[in-house]
Amino acid sequence: MTACWHAPLVAACLLALAPAGASEVVPLQVSGDAIGQPLHGLSGDAARGALVVRNRETGNCLICHAIPDRTERFQGEIGPPLAGVGLRLTEGQIRLRLVDPTQVNPGAIMPAYHRVSGLTNVDARHAGRPVLGAQEIEDVVAYLASLKE
Amino acid sequence: MRAGAALLACCWAATAFAGEVRAPRAFLSPELQALQDDPARHPGWLWVEQGEALWRAAPPDPGKQTCAGCHGDITGMSGVAARYPSVASDGALLNLELRIERCRTEQQGASAFGDESEALLSLTAAIAARSRGQPVNVRIDGPAAARLAEGRRLYSLRQGQLNLSCQQCHEENVGKRLRGDIISHGVGTGYPAYRLEWNGLGSLHRRLRACSLGVRAVQAPFASPDYLALELFLADKARGLAVEAPGIRR
Repeated sequence: MTACWHAPLVAACLLALAPAGASEVVPLQVSGDAIGQPLHGLSGDAARGALVVRNRETGNCLICHAIPDRTERFQGEIGPPLAGVGLRLTEGQIRLRLVDPTQVNPGAIMPAYHRVSGLTNVDARHAGRPVLGAQEIEDVVAYLASLKE
Repeated sequence: MRAGAALLACCWAATAFAGEVRAPRAFLSPELQALQDDPARHPGWLWVEQGEALWRAAPPDPGKQTCAGCHGDITGMSGVAARYPSVASDGALLNLELRIERCRTEQQGASAFGDESEALLSLTAAIAARSRGQPVNVRIDGPAAARLAEGRRLYSLRQGQLNLSCQQCHEENVGKRLRGDIISHGVGTGYPAYRLEWNGLGSLHRRLRACSLGVRAVQAPFASPDYLALELFLADKARGLAVEAPGIRR
């Protein structure tokens, strides 16, 4: 391991020691219609999750969903509104629906945000990578679970 | 009895609506509709006028004819764009752009204008504009049938990191809001179109490449077999709708 701290291997070592990054997918542990445990045991941050939900380059959730925030002028209506989702679903149920909604509904139009298999014709820049990393998933879970009304 | 008849009429209306493909123009704001309808204000007419000049311009080889030399005045192109894409005598599926490039290289002995070049977009727009208002009527029999089937397959294929098919948005969620946009039926009757996002004129294949990028799928090249098959499928879907090219699009 000492060699590990020689440049330019430092970055690789840090990656290996860090929790799953954007390019890694956590093995699924589904029970019923939920993933009960946080991915990699990470804890989510609702404030960071709120940013991922709005970010057009990462989550971009508002292209299809609406959140209870009147300052967001253009919100989507393809998926159900997210107001009160924290009352309707448990954290584990939200987690599975983000990771891979087709596990709940095989015909779901919503993309799987943390799955890399079973996809067709993926652009090379995104191949082998999930849309959201494990930490981002946990942050969005925390945010959505906080939407109680 | 009257209630039964009313119910039947309701069902007919609902069925007709479900199968109806509305013109892309219907999804534009009144302001953009007015812009599309008024050549004096429509920025795409800069390309139309350039294309009409090219129609009459001498090719590089002085021994060869201009477009007008063979085809006559461009007014004679009325209705042509409504029949494209179309299978040529050698079996190749050609859209209007490829048909122009063939004429250019085979009849005029010149080098091709090139995909998405201003000259090719201009000539395409000038010819397509002569079919404005005429109903799309592409052939889908004979050799076109297999390409149409391929287009239909691609249309319903979930693709890219976001795992979306054309159909999921442009059939199953038409009329719904995608951020600030309303999802249309996705037909290409306005192309080449002046798109505000581009600040310029672009082809249907440029638009399809943007769709591929949007779902994070591999972008096929211009004039690729996949996009040509999709173009034919979209033209068949638009059968009977008026050609809007050059359209105004957001």
